Amino acid sequence: MAKYLLLKHYRGGPERMPNCTAPMEEWTPEEISAHIGFMNHVADVLRERGEFVDAQALSPEGTFVRFDAEGKPPVTDGPFAETKDLIAGWMLIDVDSVERAHEAAAFLSSAPGPGGKPLQEWIEVRPFLEHAPAVTD
Amino acid sequence: MDDLLRQLVPQVLGVLVRRGADFAAAEDAVQDALIEALGRWPKLPAGQPDDPRAWLVTVAWRKLLDAHRSESARRRRELRELEQPFPGPTEQADDTLLLLFLCCHPSLSPASAVALTLRAVGGLTTRQIADAYLVPEATMAQRISRAKRTVSGQRLDQPGDLGAVLKVLYLIFNEGYSGDVDLAVEAIRLTGQLAAGTDEPEVAGLLALMLIHHARRGSRFAPDGSLVPLAEQDRTCWDTVAIAEGVTILQHALGRDRLGEYQAQAAIAALHADARTAEETDWPQVLEWYDELLRITDSPVVALNRAVALGEVDGPLAGLRVVERLPDDLPRRDAVLAHLHERAGNLAEAQRLYAVAARAARNAAERDHLTRQAARLHARASRPSAT
Repeated sequence: MAKYLLLKHYRGGPERMPNCTAPMEEWTPEEISAHIGFMNHVADVLRERGEFVDAQALSPEGTFVRFDAEGKPPVTDGPFAETKDLIAGWMLIDVDSVERAHEAAAFLSSAPGPGGKPLQEWIEVRPFLEHAPAVTD
Repeated sequence: MDDLLRQLVPQVLGVLVRRGADFAAAEDAVQDALIEALGRWPKLPAGQPDDPRAWLVTVAWRKLLDAHRSESARRRRELRELEQPFPGPTEQADDTLLLLFLCCHPSLSPASAVALTLRAVGGLTTRQIADAYLVPEATMAQRISRAKRTVSGQRLDQPGDLGAVLKVLYLIFNEGYSGDVDLAVEAIRLTGQLAAGTDEPEVAGLLALMLIHHARRGSRFAPDGSLVPLAEQDRTCWDTVAIAEGVTILQHALGRDRLGEYQAQAAIAALHADARTAEETDWPQVLEWYDELLRITDSPVVALNRAVALGEVDGPLAGLRVVERLPDDLPRRDAVLAHLHERAGNLAEAQRLYAVAARAARNAAERDHLTRQAARLHARASRPSAT
């Protein structure tokens, strides 16, 4: 069993899929509802399979922050330009194999978009580092 | 109280199933009774009822009937069977074994078998199991009920696949501890219970393996959490009592002359535990046991570990020749190559391979350890005058 983070990006991924080009505010309200309903459905299915750990959506408002020097305020940069690759949200799952993680990611990516057709948006799948097993030598 | 409760859980479940209750429903009822006991026993003057097992059987049975009654009243006759005598100690051991066969049924995924075993045989609550595996309680509850649905058609009265049971116990042991339950200790307890009720040397071999590894646990990590390799561990920290217990169990098992992979692994662990310093390790004997282990398992992972022992006996070049023939995608292959190259004096290649291995590491402690190894050789290369 291993944990995988399924990351949804606003932009990014190998290439933009044709059904992914229109921003969500240009969809019909029904299309938006269908999309969000599907996301909840994915979480429910994962829960029922005993694989769901967490799901969160992130606000697109964000800022880069870094340490400057002792006694100085943090250095900030942002808000970001629309074109930056931002993370829109994630789903965290605990599954038996990497194949199963890919299957879950593909399911997430099949969420309906404009015209009810699958969005086919790229989902980034990242394995968690595990803790060290008791037996290594 | 926790220990007592956990010991009683499989016994109580056994009683219910023997009386004809459906496994999945009985298991739910026992879990409910367990949670009620956790809440009510501490308030009793003695901290527990006079006959804890009878208490649990009665409460679990009532929970079972309540559940049934919400469907129908057809099971009322079963109330009378509460007065039946309890099964004797032999039957209890049999019950635990049969429950293990069911919970570790080969039709279950490893994660499902682990969860079901910890709950139905280990007597842990769903919350404790969820905490140990860092998932929400609702997710763990689903995983367990799915597992029960998968095995619901299986009979509980015939021996199953002992190899599958040992695999699951070993998985639990390897998980270590992250919640308030020490899963390694829990695995040792369950394996000890199984060893007491079976005559199979491989069960004893697994128990010995766990005891010896557990005895070294305190020395495997530095205070800052970094991994300490076997050769550098402080051997005075090893729990010699647990090692002696493991070795005794192993010797008895080996005397039965039915060698298996867990006995062979335990023998290797015992040889390491027996050396007062890393230099005193009896590598020729370790290598012989790896030959046995490879013959039994024919596993590339074993072949990789054997190459380390071969490197100690016949020199790093002999080890390298073996590793180079092993599949490229074998986990930890680059780490072993790096180690052997360093011993052979190929420091630049060792440094490169340590870095490659660090990027492919599956856990943070190993990644950090390998990164430090690469950094150590890098620092040495950039300051040639240093030794």
